[in-house]
Amino acid sequence: MTELHDCRDAFAQALEDVALHDPRICAVVNDSVGSSKVGDFAKRFPERLINVGIAEQTMVGLAAGLANAGKIPFVCAAACFLTGRALEQIKADVAYSDANVKLCGMSPGMAYGELGPTHHSIEDLAWTRVIANLTVIVPADPVETDQALRVAAETYGPVFLRVSRMPVPVIHDEHYRFAIGRAVQLRPGRDVTLIANGTMVTRALEAADLLVDAGVDARVLNMSTVRPIDRDAIVAAASETGRIVTVEEHSVYGGLGSAVAEVVCTTVPVPMRILGVPGVFAPTGSVTWLLEHFNLTPHGIYAAALELAEIRLAA
Amino acid sequence: MVDKAHVDRLKQLATDIRRRDLEMVHRARIGHIGGDLSATDILTALYFAVLKVDPAAPAWPERDRFILSKGHCAGALYTTLAEAGFIHLDELRTYMQPNSRLGGHPDRTKMPGVETNTGPLGHGLPVAVGCAHAAKMDGAAWRTFVLTGDGELQEGSNWEAALSAAHYKLDNLTVIVDRNGLQQGDFTERTMHLDPLPDKWTAFGWSVREVNGHDHAALLDTFDQLPFQWGKPNCIIAHTHKGQGVSFMRDRPAWHHRVPTDVELARALQELDGQVVVA
Repeated sequence: MTELHDCRDAFAQALEDVALHDPRICAVVNDSVGSSKVGDFAKRFPERLINVGIAEQTMVGLAAGLANAGKIPFVCAAACFLTGRALEQIKADVAYSDANVKLCGMSPGMAYGELGPTHHSIEDLAWTRVIANLTVIVPADPVETDQALRVAAETYGPVFLRVSRMPVPVIHDEHYRFAIGRAVQLRPGRDVTLIANGTMVTRALEAADLLVDAGVDARVLNMSTVRPIDRDAIVAAASETGRIVTVEEHSVYGGLGSAVAEVVCTTVPVPMRILGVPGVFAPTGSVTWLLEHFNLTPHGIYAAALELAEIRLAA
Repeated sequence: MVDKAHVDRLKQLATDIRRRDLEMVHRARIGHIGGDLSATDILTALYFAVLKVDPAAPAWPERDRFILSKGHCAGALYTTLAEAGFIHLDELRTYMQPNSRLGGHPDRTKMPGVETNTGPLGHGLPVAVGCAHAAKMDGAAWRTFVLTGDGELQEGSNWEAALSAAHYKLDNLTVIVDRNGLQQGDFTERTMHLDPLPDKWTAFGWSVREVNGHDHAALLDTFDQLPFQWGKPNCIIAHTHKGQGVSFMRDRPAWHHRVPTDVELARALQELDGQVVVA
């Protein structure tokens, strides 16, 4: 039985760790101490935890003000409210003002399951990745979450970091080094490339295993940085495998799939499948059920990749 | 007691700034002159008598922070910053021109002396709360000032930030409300009631003073009393007139973003000449 991890734990641990070594690090929350798992941070660094109450616009604006004075604020809030409610503050106060603020969207995708579309965050990548001067990172596991946070802390500039709640296995080993804008090939392959990020990476790897039995050799890329996107890795995948399937816990509109398609159609046009939530508000159900409902499963990815492979074989 | 010669100098500076601003907006054929003129005396008092800032070192960490939340009045800010020496006066000629640092709304990544990029309303106060909070965390002496419009207070983000400032006892933070009673389309009280405005700020936990926003002596006297109360953020409601200094612009909603014609500019400058203080 593979051990599963909530990436918020790695996030909280790394945040405490960087805060210990850098007094400029602070956390800003919207009554989200528990949901962002920063309770221990609050105990260790009470003066560096600012809770603005349920007030997302002020949460982000205040963080920009802290950054103006040399602090490195990590805004920790549910992704749906952070991005949806404070998008103009993210654009004007953080990205356009080039404020050194780290926006950490917790429990994204459909992690809130039964709570419904108000609490799902399947639009956040579309909203954030079109904002200039904003780096958008979607870590796949606890190792990458830890490293992405450290890189964000050490690198000047606005960042949106999407921190998963739905438990995932560890994918990366201790030698892994996250770099902004660099996709990582987790599996070589010649017939099709599966490009995923966040919670979908482990499912893409499982799909690649299923494809072996069907005689399809699938490459798997973890595209953890959505902006700036790794153009070289996408161009190589398109030219070397001829088919691309993207998978994300996000709407099929405007997220990872769109970002990949923008590169593909202007460089090496190849057939693609974009897997995600198909532009609808989700019905009621647990996250596990919803991911199955929308075919965001190893078998769903396998089926889409196989269909693509057959199109080319037929041609 | 505020020194009369000092006040006369501020009046003269304010007249110079108004003149340059009018010429600048007239030249560019675009701007927000009504709100600029409303805020000019407040900006003059801040930059030439209150703020600890260094035009030669605009990023000096110990500087006081000033945030223009009503970012559309960038014209008044640019002319004030130029007059104070943050940029050369000649650069005002580039206002609104292609690739100018002096665009329609202030950009901190280009323009020295600008602390945050404003333009959408209701953004300045939350950022100012963050600045003030950071100074408190560091036990630093520098202060934070933010100038908001009055119509702008219809944005709910201001009231979120007002709660935070009071909760965190930010007595190093001062909001100045440019209470000219007008917003883009009409009078504030006809658009969305704001009064009783002092009571609202008081209820939110702020220490409030009201002042004539065109009376430099009164402004200086008010700023001298900061903080009004230990442990409370400060609110100065500055009663002003949109278009102040030019009779035919004063209190007229149309001058929110009208551009003066050649004849109107000449008349306006003539009126300002009549207001020059002879020492």
